[in-house]
Amino acid sequence: MSIHAPRLRWARRHTTPVDPDLRLLERLRDGDEEAFVTLVSRHHDPMLRLARTFVHSHAVAEEVVQDTWLGVLRGIERFEGRSSLRTWLLAILVNRARTAGAREARSVANSDSPEFVAAVDAGRFQSSGAWSSPPEHWVDDLEERIGAQALRAQILAALAEMPERQRAVVMLRDVDGLRADEVCQVLDLSAANERVLLHRGRSRLRQALEDEMGAVPA
Amino acid sequence: MRFFRRPPAHIWCQQVVEMVSDYLEGTLPATERRRLDHHFSVCPPCATYLAQMRETLRLTGALVPEDLSPEMEQEFSEIYRRWRTEG
Repeated sequence: MSIHAPRLRWARRHTTPVDPDLRLLERLRDGDEEAFVTLVSRHHDPMLRLARTFVHSHAVAEEVVQDTWLGVLRGIERFEGRSSLRTWLLAILVNRARTAGAREARSVANSDSPEFVAAVDAGRFQSSGAWSSPPEHWVDDLEERIGAQALRAQILAALAEMPERQRAVVMLRDVDGLRADEVCQVLDLSAANERVLLHRGRSRLRQALEDEMGAVPA
Repeated sequence: MRFFRRPPAHIWCQQVVEMVSDYLEGTLPATERRRLDHHFSVCPPCATYLAQMRETLRLTGALVPEDLSPEMEQEFSEIYRRWRTEG
């Protein structure tokens, strides 16, 4: 027995981390129902939130998610692993959610205004462009002061008020942790558009938190 | 002709707040990035703004996903079985 063999195995295991999704996918292809439910629960919340961006009703959004998974199961042999499983299934979801959204006959045409929206209200700057009403330093114990629940509610409310693509970009990037290129793939956006939507969305979130700060006595 | 005009050395706060997201993304050209770095070092309000943006990202990233309810789990088991019988 070579004494080197175990070390080689150790090295290989630790240098090529396997995406847990891929392992679950393997088990699923082998007919493991539990692997499917585990896979679903790993992605359910981001999928449902993303679906809600395109469809109005919660029930329809749940249908879109279920429909997506059925589509994933039916197309499972076609998944080639060129993108991550997550990117692949979110892209399928967006297609279905858009169709369902159009069926809902909810107008989306004018909700994504192409006009420039300032990150910070122009009234807070002098005409020269320097601050006239600068932001105040946030307290360090923000979460204790306001409470994690209230902060969460504030962020979710600000997200809910955003135009759909802006909300989708912010959620995928900043809540679900997708990379910029993955978001472009999922939502079929150019890199430049993704950056603009992200910038506007993040600016709105910061403003929402600043508004909440103002309500807290220092 | 404006082709050879040098970039202005100064940048106003109102422009800075429009570039903060790209700054955090690391997508700014090196010269723009240096201008912002310099601005943050001499402008406390903008440095505060940048810190707030970082805090905003941290808080947004801390939203915990909701777990799948047992009812939903049941429904997904049914979806799986439906697919198996199709095969």
